[in-house]
Amino acid sequence: MQRTVDFKLPHFFNYPPYFTLQPVRETREKQVQLWKELILDYCRSQKMYIISLEEDFPLFSNQKIERSLSYEAKEVFLAALVSEGRAEWIDKSHKKCLILWLRIQDWANYILDFVKENGLEVTTIEDLRSGIETHGTELAGIDRGVLMRALRLLEQKGKAVIFKGTSADDEGVKFSA
Amino acid sequence: MSVAAADWLPSAAVTASGRPVLSAGEIERHLLPLIDLEPEENPRLSPLRGCLLALTSHRLIFLHEASLSARALPLASIVHPYPPHRRHNHNPLRSLFSSSSSSSHHPRIRIQISLPPSRSEVVAVVVTCKADVDVFYGRLLEAIRARAWEAAAAAAPAGGASVAEGAPAEEDLAIRMPVVGVAGILRKEQETWESAGQNLQDAFQDLNALMSKAKEMMELAEKMRQKLLTNSSSQSNSNDEEMGSKQDMQDLLLSVGIVSPVTKETAGALYHQQLSRQLADFVRIPVERAGGMMALVDVYCLFNRARGTELISPEDLLQACSLWEKFDVPVMLRKFDSGVKVIQTKTHSDDEVFARISSLAQKPDALLKGISPSDAAFTLGIAPALAKEHLLNAENKGLVCRDVSPDGFRFYINLFNEIDPQNIYSPKTHGLYHTWISVAMAAH
Repeated sequence: MQRTVDFKLPHFFNYPPYFTLQPVRETREKQVQLWKELILDYCRSQKMYIISLEEDFPLFSNQKIERSLSYEAKEVFLAALVSEGRAEWIDKSHKKCLILWLRIQDWANYILDFVKENGLEVTTIEDLRSGIETHGTELAGIDRGVLMRALRLLEQKGKAVIFKGTSADDEGVKFSA
Repeated sequence: MSVAAADWLPSAAVTASGRPVLSAGEIERHLLPLIDLEPEENPRLSPLRGCLLALTSHRLIFLHEASLSARALPLASIVHPYPPHRRHNHNPLRSLFSSSSSSSHHPRIRIQISLPPSRSEVVAVVVTCKADVDVFYGRLLEAIRARAWEAAAAAAPAGGASVAEGAPAEEDLAIRMPVVGVAGILRKEQETWESAGQNLQDAFQDLNALMSKAKEMMELAEKMRQKLLTNSSSQSNSNDEEMGSKQDMQDLLLSVGIVSPVTKETAGALYHQQLSRQLADFVRIPVERAGGMMALVDVYCLFNRARGTELISPEDLLQACSLWEKFDVPVMLRKFDSGVKVIQTKTHSDDEVFARISSLAQKPDALLKGISPSDAAFTLGIAPALAKEHLLNAENKGLVCRDVSPDGFRFYINLFNEIDPQNIYSPKTHGLYHTWISVAMAAH
């Protein structure tokens, strides 16, 4: 499990009511908003894509003030992300959630910019995820599923073509200017 | 038509909720919901219409509820009450065919009275509602024969105010037999108790007698209270236990509150309505003293304690409270979402409570650890159950928010509105969130 060492938590993380699902509508809306922002920021900084409701997630408890989120609260916050298109349930029982700290559309644009900047026209999927050029960018370690969806979106728009390589896990992509 | 027209009768005071104001020692005996008062011989006297008639040990009070005004006829001025008279009883045909006078069907009680200086008139109480006139007449005779007003008049010169009453008696005793130390006090107490015991025995002979003894009992209670007061001030060296029991005794005596409680027997069909008005008069002061709001349970205890032996049921209380909507009274029944019922004054505003909760929640300690309902109860000086209601209300308003943990249910000042969701890391340089951060940083 990754640690939150290099992530600076906002001050309200030590505010005990932040960890209790607020029953009053307006208050809860604000609370949900703050949780959405924090989850996205955290996942982006830690390059995390999957949050499982049944496993520990560093944000969902605070040892310092001895508070942690209830199952229901976690579900509410993740569902709020899902409804905004910033996350997707990856199983039917809504236990695992794919966090899209960039939307697929944003990922597609990011990839185009990245490719242009580095003068890449043809590359492999694996190079995009872990190539030398990828280091220090958002693409480093990107979830394969997210990457494929972004590429397919580009393919639909006619900006890229995905082709099979020699082996199954060696697909390539050709970008058109 | 208002009772102001009948200026040939002295006017009588009425409470804010429309109950007649009774003088010291005056006790309500019977109520008739709707009557007219018609002068029978003198056309210059204007009649009273549509009044509630309250028979007390001293007066006949004609209360016009719509205008909250009243006129009173002292029982002392009644020369002779004639037995109830029903015209249709004597001649049913006549009442069937003649409707020239609308009130001719109704039972009448003619009363010969003497108005000052020495005018004799005959008036008729026309009972226009369904009521047992004979019972009323019986009670009227009883009240006239008891001549309770004479006892009051006799007591008055001796000292209308109770304070003046206690002091001379104390002096007399002091002269007759010098009181020395604790033994003297004990003997004095003994004397009081002996006469009290006599009174009590007399009182329980029969219940009717108890009614007439009620005033004496009240006087006795007042006298004992005075005595305890003077004793405790003169005997400053008495030990704590003694002081404690005196305090208890005083509290007990002070709470003998309602001299003439509305009962089913006296008020009949008007019971709940009159009870409702009496309750409204009664609770206003304790509720105000409690900060404008009191749990219904507390009111129930207080009210019954003040009524002494004429206890009412919780249903009666609830019904009396729910009738307030129909009257213009200064208090109201309120039901919280949780089902807790309270009585509050109409002038009571939640804003004031919210302001106090808000300032309580902003104290450094509360910023850090929140407040529990019992903390709030302590600061606001109210019951914890009520404090919780206030906190939940404040939560609904967005003033505070909750923290549920193994430590319990606590409330914090609401910071959610203070934080900019677009910029969650920047601490503001001022405001509530800033204050909270500085307190939290110092603590962790």
